[in-house]
Amino acid sequence: MFFKPVILWTDALVYLLVAIVIALVWYVRRNEHFAAPWRRVGRSASGMAALTVLAFFVIIGLLDTVHLRPAVENKSGGSGETAYSVEVLSLLDLIATPLRTRVEKTYSSPFAAYLYARETVELPNGGQAREFPRLEFGGAHLQDPETQLVRDVAWRAVAGAGLGLFLWCMVVAFLAATLAHRSGEPFLSALSRIRHDDTAVSWRAVCLMLAVTLLLCGAALALCGSYHILGTDKVGQDVFYQALKSIRTGLVIGTLTTLMMLPFALLLGITAGYFRGWVDDVIQYLYTTLSSIPSVLLIAAAVLMMQVYMDTHPELFDTVVARADLRLLFLCIILGVTSWTGLCRLLRGETLRLRELEYIQAAHAFGVSHWRIISRHILPNVMHIVLIATVMDFSGLVLAEAVLSYVGVGVDPSMISFGTMINAARMEMAREPMVWWALFAAFSFMFALVLSANLFADAVQNAFDPRVRLSTKAKTSLRGKRQGEPETKPVSASAGDRLSP
Amino acid sequence: MLNYIIRRLLYAIPILIGVNLITFTLFFVVNTPDDMARMQLGIKRVTPEAIDKWKQERGYDKPLMFNQAENGVAKFTRTVFFEKSIAMFAFRFGRADDGRDIAHEIKTRMFPSLAIALPVFLLGLGVYLVFALTMVFFRATYVDFWGVVLCVALMSISSLFYIIGGQFLISKLWHLVPISGYGQGLDIGKFLVLPVMIGVISGAGANTRWYRTIFLEEMGKDYVRTARAKGLPERIVLFRHVLRNALIPILTGAVVVIPLLFLGSLIAESFFGIPGLGSYTIDAIHSQDFAVVRAMVFLGSLLYIVGLIMTDISYTLVDPRVRLE
Repeated sequence: MFFKPVILWTDALVYLLVAIVIALVWYVRRNEHFAAPWRRVGRSASGMAALTVLAFFVIIGLLDTVHLRPAVENKSGGSGETAYSVEVLSLLDLIATPLRTRVEKTYSSPFAAYLYARETVELPNGGQAREFPRLEFGGAHLQDPETQLVRDVAWRAVAGAGLGLFLWCMVVAFLAATLAHRSGEPFLSALSRIRHDDTAVSWRAVCLMLAVTLLLCGAALALCGSYHILGTDKVGQDVFYQALKSIRTGLVIGTLTTLMMLPFALLLGITAGYFRGWVDDVIQYLYTTLSSIPSVLLIAAAVLMMQVYMDTHPELFDTVVARADLRLLFLCIILGVTSWTGLCRLLRGETLRLRELEYIQAAHAFGVSHWRIISRHILPNVMHIVLIATVMDFSGLVLAEAVLSYVGVGVDPSMISFGTMINAARMEMAREPMVWWALFAAFSFMFALVLSANLFADAVQNAFDPRVRLSTKAKTSLRGKRQGEPETKPVSASAGDRLSP
Repeated sequence: MLNYIIRRLLYAIPILIGVNLITFTLFFVVNTPDDMARMQLGIKRVTPEAIDKWKQERGYDKPLMFNQAENGVAKFTRTVFFEKSIAMFAFRFGRADDGRDIAHEIKTRMFPSLAIALPVFLLGLGVYLVFALTMVFFRATYVDFWGVVLCVALMSISSLFYIIGGQFLISKLWHLVPISGYGQGLDIGKFLVLPVMIGVISGAGANTRWYRTIFLEEMGKDYVRTARAKGLPERIVLFRHVLRNALIPILTGAVVVIPLLFLGSLIAESFFGIPGLGSYTIDAIHSQDFAVVRAMVFLGSLLYIVGLIMTDISYTLVDPRVRLE
């Protein structure tokens, strides 16, 4: 064995999440009434473009989730067991080994061949001079950076982008071939249908976004081997690598929190709405109390207590990574426990409405058990609310992580995340000369992630929420288009809850 | 009306007791006072005497929920839970770790917080409403489309970047106002401009978009069609009919935060060095001052409940159909 797999707590939960998503996809494909709104998502150009970008992030995040301990060479030479390194690495770490291990002395700007700080250097003739020394790895292959650097960077970027373009052509050709095969038309006509956005899924948007991302990725991959494309930070670590590592933290917080929150919200919300009476009173009291504590303070208090607990029980974690990982999991749990109240309120309202409908009354009359009514008749009919809430919450949680880490109640300081990156970089803006690239990296990666999450959430909401669908219908009919959707009753909003005293 | 308010206030008591129970569980049951003392005094080489002294200074030296040693009611009253809770309800928050009285600190730090939060709230509400109304006025045109695009883009930027970017551009590059700090008297104006501006901008995306949705929903209603059928110009329809009727959902979101303005903003205050309650809380979190955090949690929930009651009252003011009984 060359490695020993390590499954951290969040890894296991991410695997569980992937399994759930696969099961859901399978289930949705078999059920027409679930597949129909998803087809509307597929029609949305912005939604599909956003999904393409998200897919890239998810791939990076998943690569970073598979953890293992590589084998180290057994120097004692015995026939004993293979020794494994104490360092827990992920697949992404292994792929990005050059990025991870090529550590400079301190700051260097993007594409630099020289350090960002002067150093005293011994001259060959015995004297000393203060100058910017060459970087150990960034641009080390150049003889004379002054003249060669720009040409070398441009050449590599073009070569990488060319590779990206080639890949993109392959993907588009494959896509067109698949479409052509399915509809039994010639390849070129399928291609032209993609070009004119005349397909069931908005493939044109996907292809355009794919072109942008593949070109960027190709250029970045070609360059990051020999340059620090986003510079290095104070201790000389590559910022591009940090940005890549932050993606997993953001994704884990955005998704696992929802996973933690859903059981509470679903169980309590539906029970309260379905059974009413004292059950309803107790659950309402519970969520009113929880939601009346300002969430930042509640999170801060809970994280503080968790810190004390972890400090007094150091025996629970064997490695630094395990400790940071457990803290991330706790953060997800805390965020989940503090944020289920909103969804619970919505679900209760919707269940209250549903239980009065005729088909559920009929089920009662037939003597169908409570459990079966809830699981067969109510749960599927509130799923759209759950889905909308899940995708809407995601971007907010990624943003919240940065703020919480700044406040000091976020992820473990040893864990790379957008929050810790910003926190470390914010003082550098006041430095003279200014170090801007760490902030720039955190900003652009976070912006891309959150923006695509927001756009995708919008597409999902437009497709699933009957209320929004009505208003978009009114809007599109203004433009003279027609949409053959049946009219549905709007979802009862949470605003009504507070009105009734 | 008065009856209703009294009933709501009475209803707030069980909620506050619940809040108190939750915070108590968080602070004292998950980690016993002994754990906290060890944490504060350093994990290793702590004598039991030092822990006892630490607990006694803070009044944590009694049993948590149930005192076996006492008789009668005192079994319950001479406990950490009861004494700390009663003190909370009487606004006696005790002393922070640096020896200062928390209640006094809150009283003095409330005003700087308010000086930032109130202008942000009022200015923000005005600006967002104007933007949203403009977008609705030009709905289904390019103004509306690009407005929404801009909103989504603004929403996708972390509030930290607004603050860092604003401080860099306005203060460091253009030297218009000081980067951070707080002054006395009329002098504070120049310290307030930047935080207020950034506060308004960072909330612009989400709020404008939210108000736009509310307005659009209102636009689809029958009375709007009637108003148009009467021949009223779009301007009048929008400002006289739609704006007024959209106030209910807008108030739901807006009024409830008014009392919370006292608490200030955690992030902005610590970035701009404003001695308000937000930076007080952050400092307490950093130095793990449990008494202060607990006091702020209690105060926050209290203000939130006040906000809910104010929301209900505001409904009766804008909508004569709503009667509180």
